[in-house]
Amino acid sequence: MSTSYVLLGLLTTGPHHGYELKHAHDSALPQAKPLGFGQVYATLGRLERDGLVVKAGSEQDGGPERTTFALTEPGRAALTSWLAEVEPAAPHVASTLLAKVVVALLTAGETAARDYLIRQRQTHTERMRELTRVKSDPNASVGDVVAADFALVHLDADLRWLETTLGRVAELHQEVRS
Amino acid sequence: MSSILTVRGIVKSYGVSPALRGVTIDVAEGEIVAVTGPSGCGKSTLLYCASGIMRPDAGEVTFNGSRIDTWSESRRSELRRSQFGVLFQFGQLVAELPAADNIALPLLLRGTPRRNALTAARTWLDRLGIADVAGKRPGEMSGGQAQRVALARALVTEPRILFADEPTGALDTLNGETVLNQITRVTRDQGTTVLLVTHEAKVAAYADREVPLRDGELDPSGLGLRGATPVGAA
Repeated sequence: MSTSYVLLGLLTTGPHHGYELKHAHDSALPQAKPLGFGQVYATLGRLERDGLVVKAGSEQDGGPERTTFALTEPGRAALTSWLAEVEPAAPHVASTLLAKVVVALLTAGETAARDYLIRQRQTHTERMRELTRVKSDPNASVGDVVAADFALVHLDADLRWLETTLGRVAELHQEVRS
Repeated sequence: MSSILTVRGIVKSYGVSPALRGVTIDVAEGEIVAVTGPSGCGKSTLLYCASGIMRPDAGEVTFNGSRIDTWSESRRSELRRSQFGVLFQFGQLVAELPAADNIALPLLLRGTPRRNALTAARTWLDRLGIADVAGKRPGEMSGGQAQRVALARALVTEPRILFADEPTGALDTLNGETVLNQITRVTRDQGTTVLLVTHEAKVAAYADREVPLRDGELDPSGLGLRGATPVGAA
């Protein structure tokens, strides 16, 4: 689930409490469904249980007391390993891809985000070749062909999106860092 | 597999606009290679130079061990008639001739008797599933039928290399797929090498390998990042 990693990515900028993380998430990924506060605290609870974040203190700025959370070394390692992994080339992965690009920009900068996009593109094109072989096989059933068509048009759309996003990486970098 | 076609360091400009800035590719015999990239990246110019339609300003084009870019226009024309087949996006059939005659044309030009040329043309019409358009002129055919006739004409001489420039660019998805399936099946059956130019990833997926170009140069990333090599790429 990419929400956990987005929160870990946001914590690379320093300790934050849940309220700040919710707003930072919604602003970094404006097209994603806004996070509910309950979801933020439930996710932070799981991350704390798994040792990926720790409670770092509490703040009370005229309102209710808020617990701040900080990234741990295992948390940083889990984030790095998530960023290093390309997504399996399958339909409907665009939201995870976008989360990964944004987190890569936040934590590792433009070069890492570009490197990720390049590796992801290669995974997508290889999968498209495999699917094309499946549907070009004279023995393929109509069902196989239709399923391959579905996957191919989605992967093709993702590829075009990857290319456009790459053109916007520098702009996106400024936006997520601001 | 040995190289049948090598393009080495080719440069080509149109006036002051550079189209290719030193591109090198090796194509193995029987391989299907897709040259990809956005409009204006130089991919069609690469196909024209590799097929001898155009002469590069610098660099070398070698076919089957012979350097062909230094040959005269007539010698390169003869090479195209005998060893190469060329398929464009559209506008390649002779409007006044029926399909069978269009397909027979390359054989007639090299002196094959008319009866034999027409027999070969009909065999190709059958093979590509369009026997019913044998007597129709291009204006009486659908776009998909016309492109399959053009494919038959490009393959009737049993060329060593088929050069295809956006061969499905003017077709709808299903007709495009039929043409691509026929290109890949027939050329694999015959061991014909294919150099295919396309801006579409789903067309490039029919090839064994993709060679992305950007701004007249090789772009291994496929994303316009000069000099970048995808991790794990060969």
